[in-house]
Amino acid sequence: MVSYQKFTLENGLRVLVHEDHNTAMACVNILYDVGARDESPEQTGFAHLFEHLMFGGSVNIPSFDTELQKVGGENNAFTSNDITNYYITLPSSNLETALWLESDRMLSLAFSPQSLEVQRNVVSEEFKQRYLNQPYGDAWLKLRPLAYKVHPYRWATIGKELKHIEDATMEDVKAFFKLHYNPQSAIMVVSGDVHYEEVKSLVQKWFGDIDPGQKYNRQLPQEPIQKELRRETAFAPVPLDALYMAFHGPARLEDGYFAMDLLSDILSRGSSSRLYRRLVKEERLFSELNAYVMGSIDNNLFVIEGKPSEGISLEEAERAVWGELDLLKKELVSNTELEKVKNKIESTNVFAELSILDKAMNLAFHELLGDADGINTEVSKYLAVTAQEVQVQAQAIFNPENASVLMYKAQEEEIRHVG
Amino acid sequence: MLDRTKAPEFREIGHISLKEPVKKQFANGLPVYVFHSPEQELVRIEWIFENKYLDVQNENPLLNSALSALLKEGTMSMSSAEIADKVDFYGAFLVPEYSFDVTSLSLYTLNRHSQVLLPLVKDILTEASIPQEELDTYLRNNKQKFQVSIQKNDYLARRKFYNLVFGESNRYGRTPKLDDYDAINRDQLIALYQKEIVPSNCTLVVSGNVSDNLMKELEQIFGFEWPDDTAVTTANNPVFIQDAGGIAYEEKENALQSAIRLGNQTISRTHPDYPALQFVNTLLGGFFGSRLMRNIREEKGYTYSIGSAVATLKHTGFLTIATEVGVDVTNATLTEIEKEINLLKTTLAMDEEVELVKTYMEGSMLGSLESIFSHADKFKNVLLNDMSLTYYSYYMEQVKNMTPEKVRDIANKYLDFNQMIKVVVGKFNQLEPIHQAVVN
Repeated sequence: MVSYQKFTLENGLRVLVHEDHNTAMACVNILYDVGARDESPEQTGFAHLFEHLMFGGSVNIPSFDTELQKVGGENNAFTSNDITNYYITLPSSNLETALWLESDRMLSLAFSPQSLEVQRNVVSEEFKQRYLNQPYGDAWLKLRPLAYKVHPYRWATIGKELKHIEDATMEDVKAFFKLHYNPQSAIMVVSGDVHYEEVKSLVQKWFGDIDPGQKYNRQLPQEPIQKELRRETAFAPVPLDALYMAFHGPARLEDGYFAMDLLSDILSRGSSSRLYRRLVKEERLFSELNAYVMGSIDNNLFVIEGKPSEGISLEEAERAVWGELDLLKKELVSNTELEKVKNKIESTNVFAELSILDKAMNLAFHELLGDADGINTEVSKYLAVTAQEVQVQAQAIFNPENASVLMYKAQEEEIRHVG
Repeated sequence: MLDRTKAPEFREIGHISLKEPVKKQFANGLPVYVFHSPEQELVRIEWIFENKYLDVQNENPLLNSALSALLKEGTMSMSSAEIADKVDFYGAFLVPEYSFDVTSLSLYTLNRHSQVLLPLVKDILTEASIPQEELDTYLRNNKQKFQVSIQKNDYLARRKFYNLVFGESNRYGRTPKLDDYDAINRDQLIALYQKEIVPSNCTLVVSGNVSDNLMKELEQIFGFEWPDDTAVTTANNPVFIQDAGGIAYEEKENALQSAIRLGNQTISRTHPDYPALQFVNTLLGGFFGSRLMRNIREEKGYTYSIGSAVATLKHTGFLTIATEVGVDVTNATLTEIEKEINLLKTTLAMDEEVELVKTYMEGSMLGSLESIFSHADKFKNVLLNDMSLTYYSYYMEQVKNMTPEKVRDIANKYLDFNQMIKVVVGKFNQLEPIHQAVVN
């Protein structure tokens, strides 16, 4: 159980406070309600590039990192297709420094040309390191546009291509800041060895006078219902073939989301799960095989990815996966199996309460979804899912006309050096 | 009016106090360390075994990791599937872990389920059968993963680095090759299991909510019912021979980035200078504000990330610097790394920078003590080197006493770019030599 208190400043900034005095640290987590889905198709990768620029100095403070390190703190951030999330952990005695730093960059960045120049390079290197210079690194750059035709989920957070990042200008940076970085689009969580009243007055002190800004009105094109099976084959100089299958499924807040998530657990969580037990260990068709749900706020993807064993073709491997999916459509899962995946949800939830940072991030995300208390009530929603509901979800999702299949094929050694 | 240009006043970081375990010894001699935190719903029980050497010179580098992975793949009375079902059903995690020096099995569970799971662990530790079929599956799948790994430049660089820093005649320096997967067999694993997975080679660390009942069960099952009749013989300590400093270069024609890794053997935690060396390492490349990060990422944009680390093993320690950079700046990066190392040795750091690193390290020590489990982890670190928790007070005191002069002296004593092993996998302009001849 994660207890918290909430208040909202006049400028619209929502703040949640969770006290945990088992630690001597505090955490300040700020979620901005902007992700890669809010980018224009001609300027992808921008939300993530912007995240890097948030560390390039703010209007009154030349170096964010140095000031934080001086008081013993650490920070990082991540960008997803849905959100951009920044976090600081530091000794609780210096909490105010974190609020000073975060409030100044919410107020305004320094917009330093040098920072933009360098971070464009850094992000380009990140693009190469994670997506281009890695075996299978570009699979998601191919799978997203196969599964999504309209919704901005069709590009990855890193962006569609290096060029979009290289072309980013200071004008773009300023416009993006104005549109998305203001108190109305932020949710702040302060957790750890802190006291509510003190947090409240410090937050009022540092964030109270920031202009509320304009409310961003999100209007994203919705993904039309997929009507036929999509296939793509890619060739790359990798040692093994790989199979990627993606199915559309309920959004994070839609009915059926929890049943879909449990389906992924039944298929792939732990070494007793179906795909691992049957296709990896018993039939030895795959050397590795995983299923998971993206957890996106809009139209979701249920993903299965694996590498067939030596001598097993991608076609044979895919047929075996369909066999397991069909079984879930035909037969109800047993009570024992359902109870097993629910038990794991319950215990994992207890583990997640060990960390003040995890708790802060989760509170912020649930608040964005509409109710921070979701952090406490979500487990009961999983527990309430019936075997019938799991079957109904399987029947709704696991159909060829709802599938995008990417066959990632190992190129012959001889042609590796051509082109 | 709020003055936003002025930082709030710095407040001293709270005192760092480590929790001492309660030590017990079971009837069979098994040492047990208990970190009790009654407000937890969870308990973590770790059976830690020192990795034994059957043959120092010719050990298959996969042997210990294979044993660790196969522990829970079947016992005399339970199949791999039955074990997996039971652990998963109770929402528990049973995690075998392997490092160069220790193999461990950790059980994470809600308190109320520990009772049903302990006999299962006992079965695994005393009656593992290591079925041939499971071994075959393990080898087949890991051979495939290995084939993917060797396509990664950073993996290749790390492998070459270990080969050269420790020499290939010992566990730290020998890295797996494809034919090692074919050479391993069940008999070797059974022999190792019988020698290694015994109470006289085990330490039990229990953390979380450790009720009296749980302790009684543990003592019954792993004390009274786990007789120790195997005398563990210790092989001679291995010898580690570092290659001469130089650049080992593996060209990758289509690489977009080069993986760079350099470093050398160095002192371990048992040496009095170790905290000071950790300090210099932190300042050089150990955190986001380090000199390497500021120069090579934040000023030049050559890389997404660069870092250095000093690590302790059971028998030695090593220093390593690693990054992946655009191929066109491979030479320039090496030059900058050399510059930064030499700068540490010749020019005094500013007081301000030294103070910043001190505070950062204090904060990060405090932050690493989040739950009872992290207290147990700290203890495990020193246990490996037969040290006690007083090490950490010494460590913090040494950090506090660092000065610009001490930083320079330690850098001179322990950092020498010319003597470092340097590995580049990717593209590197050999016509523009970086001070050293290419060795292979």
